Amino acid sequence: MQMLISTIIDGLNLGSVYALVALGYSMVYGIAKMLNFAHGDVIMVGIYTIFVGLNMLSLPAPVTILMCVAVCALLGFTVEKLAYKPLRNSTPLSVLITAIGVSYLLQNVALLIFKSDRKFLQSFISLGKLTIGEFEMPIISLVIWGTTLVIMIALDIFIKKTSMGRAMLAVSEDKGAAQLMGVNVNRTISITFIIGSALAGIAAILYAAKYQNVDPYTGSVFGIKAFAAAVFGGIGSIPGAMIGGLSLGLIEALTIGFLPDSLAAASDGVAYALLILMLILKPSGLLGKKRVEKV
Amino acid sequence: MKNIFTKGFFSKLILIIAIWAVVALLMVSGVMSRSMQSLMIKICYYTILTLSLDLIVGYLGDLSLGHAAFYLVGAYAGCAVAVYTNLPLLVKFVLALIVGGAAAALVGFLISKAIIKLRGDYLAIVTLAFGEFIRSFVKIIPGLGGTKGLMGIPSFDSRLEGFTLAYIVLILVILVIYNFTHSRHGRTITAIRDNAIASESVGINIKNNKVLVFTIASFMAGMAGVIFGFYKTTLNPSDFTYNLSIEVLVMVVLGGMGSIKGSIIASVIIVALPEVLRGAEDFRMLIYAVALIAMMMLNASPRFTAIKRSFGEKMNGLRAKFKLGGKAK
Repeated sequence: MQMLISTIIDGLNLGSVYALVALGYSMVYGIAKMLNFAHGDVIMVGIYTIFVGLNMLSLPAPVTILMCVAVCALLGFTVEKLAYKPLRNSTPLSVLITAIGVSYLLQNVALLIFKSDRKFLQSFISLGKLTIGEFEMPIISLVIWGTTLVIMIALDIFIKKTSMGRAMLAVSEDKGAAQLMGVNVNRTISITFIIGSALAGIAAILYAAKYQNVDPYTGSVFGIKAFAAAVFGGIGSIPGAMIGGLSLGLIEALTIGFLPDSLAAASDGVAYALLILMLILKPSGLLGKKRVEKV
Repeated sequence: MKNIFTKGFFSKLILIIAIWAVVALLMVSGVMSRSMQSLMIKICYYTILTLSLDLIVGYLGDLSLGHAAFYLVGAYAGCAVAVYTNLPLLVKFVLALIVGGAAAALVGFLISKAIIKLRGDYLAIVTLAFGEFIRSFVKIIPGLGGTKGLMGIPSFDSRLEGFTLAYIVLILVILVIYNFTHSRHGRTITAIRDNAIASESVGINIKNNKVLVFTIASFMAGMAGVIFGFYKTTLNPSDFTYNLSIEVLVMVVLGGMGSIKGSIIASVIIVALPEVLRGAEDFRMLIYAVALIAMMMLNASPRFTAIKRSFGEKMNGLRAKFKLGGKAK
């Protein structure tokens, strides 16, 4: 019982981080109509920023956290300006290949700077455990869930109530028409990238607080799974990203936690199998709208 | 298929034999170092991989990021047959090619059936996931060596023999792809790439054609895997990562998507480059990434397209001048 509950808590932790990352994918996919392959690698850069801040420069934790979000947002902005903007009118295939190129570039720059070995971070958010009856629960989990929830609600309000948010909705609906209505499409897409990457930065902080290690490939695998979560929940939907992320985290933790030993070598495969099933069975997502293709 | 016994056919045949003869001569005379000799075999299976991925990415227009999976299935299936049977080497190799190709084709067929509804980004992600799934799945299949890898695969008697066999397979693959892309099927799949809705409206069955392309391409990738297995004599799941799929994709993109000649040239250059530039090993992946981005940016810029066109015209003019049979326009 204790084991089951701690597995569920683990799953929810993982799922909350997935949800934040999924939200970044979902926003960019909804508005720029492209899969930002490099989104996961932005998280990786974020975690390395924390590593540099804490371990190498020994900065105080709040400064490091701010630095991480700022670096991620700046990176997202730069990547969009330099790599994606020139290709706005190209075929989806070349945009996708460019995004893969950017992801690969970030990974290999990290590989050159930090080498391939796993780096361990100093703990920077040290909280105790909460004991309810006989169950123990790390307080960090509460922080992770709380952060995710607050961000989701704030973002929902931002999109529905502010003019910038409504401009985003308009661009995601119809880019051309939005432009005719006086929406600055380029600026809207840039801001979407900045917000999405800042979310990746926050996800990086939560990931670093929970797992405290990083290597150059941390982000890409995590990112791909989070994208599957975004698709499962429904691309372009904030509650969808939340549900998709949490369910992926839970299913992954439960299957891997209770996998028989003989299959342990294939535990990575479980997550990928889930991803494949999600995309094949529910490509339009739980809360997504079904789009009819028009000529 | 048109009459193949034309003047062009004979000059191509002579070229094919001449390339083989030159490489064989360099190998036998000892001018080539051992690592260069291995490189020749490596070029062969990489070129097959690139050509087969080009069929999916360049001609069909679907981005598959799981090409290493088909390569893995072919390598393991073919080499398992070679390990567990007792036959002369040549028979073993041919049998392994057929079994490996067929196994990869079966997997390609099933995967493409499953993902037929997906397109673009989703297809890319699912193929990537399939690649990684198969790679971790192969670790738990009994008899294939698990995480330690499959060992005891018979090797070629000499590098010359290895090269010759790999070269023959490569030429066959080029012939099949050339004929396929210049056939009715080839025109059909490029029509699907250019406009799926329009091609469907003139009665093209998109699903069947996609499955067909995936099956053929994975058969070829499977054969490349068998050559790889016989060359390395051990197979390890870590030989078939996502990075390999990207590496092959870089070759396809640099060679020009949908170009057989380009795929061949790009694979030869990219495989040979690390061998020539020893110090650049650390930067290899970085260069790939930059090359991918740069190619896409250049293709999107109108100025580069104009330069490319005028260069092409100049080349055609030069060819006409020297009566080499350039395309008359």
